[in-house]
Amino acid sequence: MIEFQNLKKVYNSGGQQVAALDGIDLKINKGEIFGVIGFSGAGKSSLIRCVNWLEKPTSGKVIVSGHDLTALSVREIREVKRNIGMVFQHFNLLNSKTVFANVAMPLTLAKVPKDEIKKRVHELLEFVGLADKANSYPDQLSGGQKQRIGIARALATQPSILLCDEATSALDPQTTSSILQLLKKINKEYNITILIITHEMSVIREICDRVAVIEAGKIIEEGTVFNVFSSPKTPTAKNFVSTVMNDQLPDSIKEVIKKQQGLQKVFRINFVGNSAGQPLLSQVAKKFNIDFNVLFGNITELQGTPFGNLIVEFQGPDSEIRRAIQYISQEKVSIKEVTSRAS
Amino acid sequence: MLVNQEKIIEALIETVQMVAFSLLFSALIGLPLGILLVVTRKGHLLENTVVFNIINSIINIFRSVPFIILMVAIIPITRMIVGTSIGTAAAVVPLVFYAGPYIARLIENSLLEVDPGVIEAAEAMGATPGQIILKFLIPEALSSLVLGFTIATIGLVGASAMAGAVGGGGLGDLAITYGYQRFDTTVMLITVAILVVMVQGLQSFGNILSKKIRRR
Repeated sequence: MIEFQNLKKVYNSGGQQVAALDGIDLKINKGEIFGVIGFSGAGKSSLIRCVNWLEKPTSGKVIVSGHDLTALSVREIREVKRNIGMVFQHFNLLNSKTVFANVAMPLTLAKVPKDEIKKRVHELLEFVGLADKANSYPDQLSGGQKQRIGIARALATQPSILLCDEATSALDPQTTSSILQLLKKINKEYNITILIITHEMSVIREICDRVAVIEAGKIIEEGTVFNVFSSPKTPTAKNFVSTVMNDQLPDSIKEVIKKQQGLQKVFRINFVGNSAGQPLLSQVAKKFNIDFNVLFGNITELQGTPFGNLIVEFQGPDSEIRRAIQYISQEKVSIKEVTSRAS
Repeated sequence: MLVNQEKIIEALIETVQMVAFSLLFSALIGLPLGILLVVTRKGHLLENTVVFNIINSIINIFRSVPFIILMVAIIPITRMIVGTSIGTAAAVVPLVFYAGPYIARLIENSLLEVDPGVIEAAEAMGATPGQIILKFLIPEALSSLVLGFTIATIGLVGASAMAGAVGGGGLGDLAITYGYQRFDTTVMLITVAILVVMVQGLQSFGNILSKKIRRR
């Protein structure tokens, strides 16, 4: 649906060449919700702007619905843009026009007949739950309502792709959640491919199917949301995951580990999917001559799959602990010893 | 008092004519120039450094010449266009040279205030540059444009009074030939009073209209 091939974007700032995008290869499939996450300045804004040609890449290819944008004329690109809706962080609505006129704008530009516009706009306002606001002006609406209007406008021309540029970053958590649910509904009901860029990992966790982590203009990690969240590889990805997964050890637990001596050992156990439902620890305690003590733990749901994270202290002779570990390792869980230095 | 009421009304009509016509023509020149100044600047819709620099310099040149000098300096051009350099119609030409570049700057200012995000949204919708100017830039800046035109109109009222000094007619002419040169204080006071009322009225009208457009 959207494909980037060795995409590069170089800016000239004060005589210095700054690469905002440094060779991006990425493929976004039809009908999925794809998230790109990165710190500010990582290049995510440049990336999403290349999809609808708000920014022209320095080199490389952008292929949207089979069209190589680099090979199209300005006029042809305008046609492609009608197939791409965009939602902005700061909504970018026209304050001088009513809600109705704002949503109608893309249709007016495309010279759709007036009665058809009227029908479609009312449909859209109904869909985003703001049918009663047609004659209001944007400055009379709350942030969440403005974003709903922004979404309705983006959907006006019935695009097959929706770009969301930090669409929830200016909203409070509750409003964010309702906007994300709306995006999910759009994806399901209209089968629209959604590309989201954000710096909020919670957005990715809540609605994305796949995610890419971007840093210094490069994709440093990519995969299903489940895989990236359950086993992030790069430090940046780990950092993002930790903002929503809360798998950092509390200081008091670190103290306990520091004081451990002799017969105790502390382990981190990650349960994935079905294994989260097994009484593994009590089996281990029965089978081997050890006791266990759960120091810390949480279970999160990722894309409908449970993902558990436990910090467990085993007490008993070394040899028994070793055998217990071996037994656990055979199951579908990962186990790692935690030392006082590790987190 | 050396003049009668009819003479004052006649002068008032001349002033209104001068202001109205010169406003019309300078808006016709200033509006496109102002739009060009915005859309050809760096990073904008139709970025074009050459066009921008040329327009920018020409406007600066005209804006730096004092009106009284400009009026005299362009007499040949005035003769070419109107056929004479004296009278109300002739005064319109230097007034347009004065107010056109001024209006261009005011329009530039108003249009630059428009949120760049709105233009980005327009581009994302696949709007053409013409559509962006007509359907996004101008409607979003309209309230501020009205205030700009109010300032320009009031500037023209002042300048048209000066045009009176070189035989342009109007209230300024009356004030200079009777009030100043013949020491008729009453005429002076009356013309000044009329000008004050005109300016107050124009400013109030502009404010109300702008507010109505802004709806706040």
